[in-house]
Amino acid sequence: MPAEPLVTLSGVHKSFGAFKALSDITLSVAPGEKVVVCGPSGSGKSTMIRCINGLEPYQQGKITVAGRYLTEEEEVGSAVRQEVGMVFQSFNLFPHLTILENCILAPQWVQGKSRDEAVETARRYLKRVDILEQADKYPIQLSGGQQQRVAIARALCMAPRLMLFDEPTSALDPEMVKEVLDVMTDLAREGMTMICVTHEMGFAQAVADRVIFMDRGRIVEQAPPRAFFTAPQSARAQEFLAQLLH
Amino acid sequence: MMRYLLADPARLRRIGLGFGFVILVAVLTLVNQKPWTPEALSGLNPWVLRLGTALVLALLVMANIRALGLLPRAAQVWGVWIELFLLLMAFFWSFDLSFSFIARKIGFLITQGVAMTLYISALSILIATVIALVGAVAKMSKNGVIYGLASFYTSLFRGLPLLMQIYIIYLGLPQVGYVIGAVPAGVLALSLCYGAYMTEIFRAGIESIPRGQSEGATALGLAPAQSMVLVILPQAMRIIIPPTGNQFIAMLKDSSLVSVVGVWELMYLARTQGQTEFRHIEMLITASMIYWLLSIGLEYAQSRIEARFGRSNAR
Repeated sequence: MPAEPLVTLSGVHKSFGAFKALSDITLSVAPGEKVVVCGPSGSGKSTMIRCINGLEPYQQGKITVAGRYLTEEEEVGSAVRQEVGMVFQSFNLFPHLTILENCILAPQWVQGKSRDEAVETARRYLKRVDILEQADKYPIQLSGGQQQRVAIARALCMAPRLMLFDEPTSALDPEMVKEVLDVMTDLAREGMTMICVTHEMGFAQAVADRVIFMDRGRIVEQAPPRAFFTAPQSARAQEFLAQLLH
Repeated sequence: MMRYLLADPARLRRIGLGFGFVILVAVLTLVNQKPWTPEALSGLNPWVLRLGTALVLALLVMANIRALGLLPRAAQVWGVWIELFLLLMAFFWSFDLSFSFIARKIGFLITQGVAMTLYISALSILIATVIALVGAVAKMSKNGVIYGLASFYTSLFRGLPLLMQIYIIYLGLPQVGYVIGAVPAGVLALSLCYGAYMTEIFRAGIESIPRGQSEGATALGLAPAQSMVLVILPQAMRIIIPPTGNQFIAMLKDSSLVSVVGVWELMYLARTQGQTEFRHIEMLITASMIYWLLSIGLEYAQSRIEARFGRSNAR
């Protein structure tokens, strides 16, 4: 019997005013699974993963995370977000705090850890993303790639069961993309459940168990990466991949 | 015309300088009612004398500015401050002040007046800051009732003259059965009025922080209040502090309005202490200088706090 899915979306609808951002999204992600979400801009990829940790409310359907039905209630959202780490395109590090302080803030205030305990965890994860020497610097003193690695470490400090990545390399200079993807690949190898919105097709092919293609708020196609990249079924996906290669 | 001026920066500067000089001469001519009148020239039209005196003065001013321009920047600043301060002192000197009277009264002005002014201002600043914080959060609320309350409050208390608010609170509250002392009434009026202004400052400061910051905090599991206090406010402080410092300085001096309900603060004493001996101007000038000194103190404090909150921005 397969393990119970960590995330399920069933019949999820969301609109911003008249604009339909998500239409009838149904998806389930098993523990340890790596899912890459791609699609043209405005297709609802980011909106979908932002719904999964309650950053965006949804209007119809049902989302569960780790067995919890995600509603708009603050306590539910907070409980869910402790299971889910999120990495943003724009890093969103806190500029007034040092790298180390960024990493221990939530463990201290949300999980109630002691400072020593939080620092120990933070140092472990900062070492893992190879940035421990910079622990006492402020975010602005780091390169984009370094900042994004800190953001990943900061999320990992909360010991999440699921990691969401919202175009983590889109704001980076080309030479820094690899260092971030390497960290994500390591994380995937260690068995973390991941949902990544990204256009890094090399990463998708190497790491993903499944690629989801979205267009106009719908999941148009989902397939293992090899099948998706060599023989996309839908015309929209074919068109999208053709554009990506140019 | 614009094109003629902007096309040649050197020409623009010459024209600007010439224009400034003409304005300076014109102002000095009109203002100076007692031109320098040597015996030999006493028959001339007084306007000619005025113009001549103004020209000489204007040339002195220009030469002075040129001379200051040769100094390093810090010395320029000090030079300007010292010159203007001496001018101000000369202006006061011309009133023929009785310094013995000032010396006799200044002790009371400080122990009673300054103490009361600082007490009222500090208390009001404290309360206004709390009001502003609550007001700012309320003004950003999605809840219509909360937003309604906050927007009505800021509109009303920014819309009425502070003097009116002091009267209304001091004279109005007893009408509905609540007798309030002059000092509490003054503190209440100042707090409510400045709280309303500062609500807008705090709101603008909080809204200037990119949405990604609160999303980052939320995604880490922080509750809204935690995210506000630990993430948003420390960053908003950098934007909030300069205009808030402005408000503190303004409030220090607006606390003088409380004198209308008979509180013995600096302004009240300045107006009343000189009466018995017809030494009004002595007391007014002394009190003015004290207000100025207190403001300089606040300016200094503000710059220290700004430097502290600017740390993480230094590369």
